[in-house]
Amino acid sequence: MSVIEMDGLRKEFTVRVKAGRLRREKRTVTAVDGVDLRVERGEMLGYIGPNGAGKSTTLKMLTGVLTPSAGRAEVCGLRPVADRTRLALRIGVVFGQRSQLWWDLPLRDSFDLLRHVYRVPAGAHAARLTRCRGLLDLDEFLDTPVRQLSLGQRMRGELTAALLHGPEVLFLDEPTIGLDVVSKQAVRGFLAELGRSGDTTLVLTTHDLADIERLCRRLVVIDHGRVVHDGSIAELHHRYGSRRMVVAELDAALPEPPALPGAPLHRAEADGRRLVFALESASVAEVVAGLAGLATLRDVSIVEPDIEEVVARLYLSERRGPLLTPGG
Amino acid sequence: MAEHGGTLRAYRSLLGAQARSQTAYRTSFVVDLVGNLGATVFDVVTVLVIFGVTRQLGGFTLRETLVVVGLSTGGFAAADLLVGNIERLPQYVRTGLFDAVLVRPLAALPQLLLMDLPLRKVSRAVFGLAVLGFALASAGIDWTPGRVALAVVAPPAAVVFFASVFVTTATVSFYWVDSGELANSVTYGGRDFTAYPITVYGGWFRALFAYGMGFAFVSYHPALALLGRADPLGLPPWVGWAAPGVALVAATVAALAWRVGIRHYRSTGS
Repeated sequence: MSVIEMDGLRKEFTVRVKAGRLRREKRTVTAVDGVDLRVERGEMLGYIGPNGAGKSTTLKMLTGVLTPSAGRAEVCGLRPVADRTRLALRIGVVFGQRSQLWWDLPLRDSFDLLRHVYRVPAGAHAARLTRCRGLLDLDEFLDTPVRQLSLGQRMRGELTAALLHGPEVLFLDEPTIGLDVVSKQAVRGFLAELGRSGDTTLVLTTHDLADIERLCRRLVVIDHGRVVHDGSIAELHHRYGSRRMVVAELDAALPEPPALPGAPLHRAEADGRRLVFALESASVAEVVAGLAGLATLRDVSIVEPDIEEVVARLYLSERRGPLLTPGG
Repeated sequence: MAEHGGTLRAYRSLLGAQARSQTAYRTSFVVDLVGNLGATVFDVVTVLVIFGVTRQLGGFTLRETLVVVGLSTGGFAAADLLVGNIERLPQYVRTGLFDAVLVRPLAALPQLLLMDLPLRKVSRAVFGLAVLGFALASAGIDWTPGRVALAVVAPPAAVVFFASVFVTTATVSFYWVDSGELANSVTYGGRDFTAYPITVYGGWFRALFAYGMGFAFVSYHPALALLGRADPLGLPPWVGWAAPGVALVAATVAALAWRVGIRHYRSTGS
């Protein structure tokens, strides 16, 4: 059984819009439009999409905050809304814009309160806290009231708070939003470490694609409430034609552009002394070997495809309809 | 049973945290305590002033009216202390506290109430209950076992009734965020309505608040039964003993409204 199951999950909101001076019109907005998804135990899933795509709404339905308009959701074999309090004991939630901490009390007190709220045995609680203190460097601000913490410190506190009861699934909604580079690194490193143990399933929504590249093997892209991609990052690149590039610096320009099988010339720069090849079926070694027979190589570098660009193209193509052909 | 003990301990620690946060600055807390007395004292003083110019109010003497006032003020102040802050529900939604509370393994309503319990209102509740005690002692009640029982259950029934009104009116904001004014007119209008014998009101207004919404059972009818007076409006004497039943119905309505409301909760962006 999958740890998270969604079948035709749907959420509609009715909004009232002004139509004329006094009249108001009811309009139905579909935030999540029939999502089918399975997440297996120990998976790390990146859930991305543009603003208003339905990411947070999905997460709120999975955690029991919002009641779905239609469809079915199951987490850890429980129905999120009907079994909300039982499910809460088995999941951890970090909403980047919401706090689980007590504003006026020292961070340490929040952790202690959550131990009572989640009925965690003192020993298990202490062990988990010790681990988080080490990995997230909490010690220097453990006795500071939460309202005095920096955003980065607070987020490290939120992560700890979400894990002290040893959840099976951790939901993270924009965990790195607004953080400085150092805090982002700390949070990512911590989540990577958490994922390595393989016990905790992780579902992460983010705007920062570096989070996904660093953490998630599986990527689900959602737009207008629908899943438009479900697979690895490599598959996404393949599908939308983004490829790794080999950049070769030559001593002197070649008389004519080289034709290497499986790696067409993408562009030539610096009067033909810098050549950029797109890797299709050829390997880096084959390209280098092929070039070495033709010219003297000064330097070779590999450029990874830019996932932001791919996703931007994906959103655009979704808007316009399926214009882009896979691989093209 | 161990499960229930754990839940109770959880709620108790939420209350403890709230107490620590609120009493962190001792002087300002004491000032708050005293300042909060104001409105409630004023309610009672108003009644005394009225009796400075008239011997009777709606056919009731001062000592009789004070029983009505005591039940109303005591019941309302205690309910306001315990659940009054639920009228801040739109704020909880806006700040995300409501989402945070929903992902914890405890019921949402008790969590919100305990996390935002306005301890400074303790002074009002104590004053209100003192007025009730004084009124009961000085009204010359002919204490039968039945009346003693009613004097014990009527105040908690009033608290439960007002608490239910607070919760029910707050749930309107699940559908309509700017419902605060309407909610206030029912809650505070109801409180003022119960502070006087309902004979002073008239027409559809009295019918709506007294029996449409049930406010007559908070203080007026129990006071009649305690004083052994017949209802000038003609209802039988046993109606005074209906207070706990009416409170129970109100609590059921409130619980239902809350359950349905939470299913319609829309959260806020991101």
